[in-house]
Amino acid sequence: MTASTIKLDTTAEDHHIAKMAAVALGLTVLENAIPSPLPGVKPGLANIVTLIVLARFGWRAAAWVSLLRVLAGSLLFGNFLAPGFFLSLSGALCSLAVLAASMHLPQRWFGPVTHSILAAFAHIAGQMAVVYLWLIPHSGIAYLIPIFATAALVFGTVNGLVAARFMDNGGKPEPEKQA
Amino acid sequence: MSLYDSLRTTLKPGDWLTLLLGTFCVALITLRLWNGELADRAIIRSGGKVFREVPLSRDQQIEVPGPLGTSIITIEKRKARITSDPSPRQYCVRQGWLQQSGEIAICLPNEVSVELTGSTKKYDSLNY
Repeated sequence: MTASTIKLDTTAEDHHIAKMAAVALGLTVLENAIPSPLPGVKPGLANIVTLIVLARFGWRAAAWVSLLRVLAGSLLFGNFLAPGFFLSLSGALCSLAVLAASMHLPQRWFGPVTHSILAAFAHIAGQMAVVYLWLIPHSGIAYLIPIFATAALVFGTVNGLVAARFMDNGGKPEPEKQA
Repeated sequence: MSLYDSLRTTLKPGDWLTLLLGTFCVALITLRLWNGELADRAIIRSGGKVFREVPLSRDQQIEVPGPLGTSIITIEKRKARITSDPSPRQYCVRQGWLQQSGEIAICLPNEVSVELTGSTKKYDSLNY
């Protein structure tokens, strides 16, 4: 007797979200190979994917991609439900919340770089809140805030620029070299 | 396409504004959080009067009498804290180590306080 199989009906959107989450996951793995001077200071390359998904498919898809990446990443690195997982989760949730608000800024004036910078600040704010309320309830961690804030500004800007370039090149393949 | 051109086409005016404001905020936070100068003296008060003024360079424990009992102040590695105090809520003890000029721990019920000062006295909300 054959075992019964469970068939899940998936939509094209599900497939797309899964694909994008896989790309984000790949970037997370890549990023973990980069040495960091201070735990917590990392480029957050996976957020480039979140930004692109946000611009093209809306907030819901971006939230799926971001949270799937956090979950799958934690399973991959073996820190599911460990402090590192909750730090990633709180950062992701905070930046998603800020993105939900910032995506309504007038598009004529504000692009992905703004979203990226705001999300990066929100990310670090969420993480610092968890660190302070749960892991290290000491005001001494305030001394680290300037470092994290600077990193958030720099990496937020860079990620935003990368995301913007990807979106510019969206419809037309290799616009620079062709001309 | 130069980097400058690419930045000019990618960044919209609002992006520049965000970048500018972000830089400003980071600079402000850094100045505020890192500018505290290290203290070199501790002023210990009891009942509103200066009980003792000690340098932070020498590690020691000081017992300060107050209306409720004795508060113990520890000075160690250029930091100071109130180690024990008879006050009911222990706010000053839980405040932990003081290191920067202008920081102060006050045990109100026992009328004991430790204030750190540097070479220059900075203004805070307790000055007027």
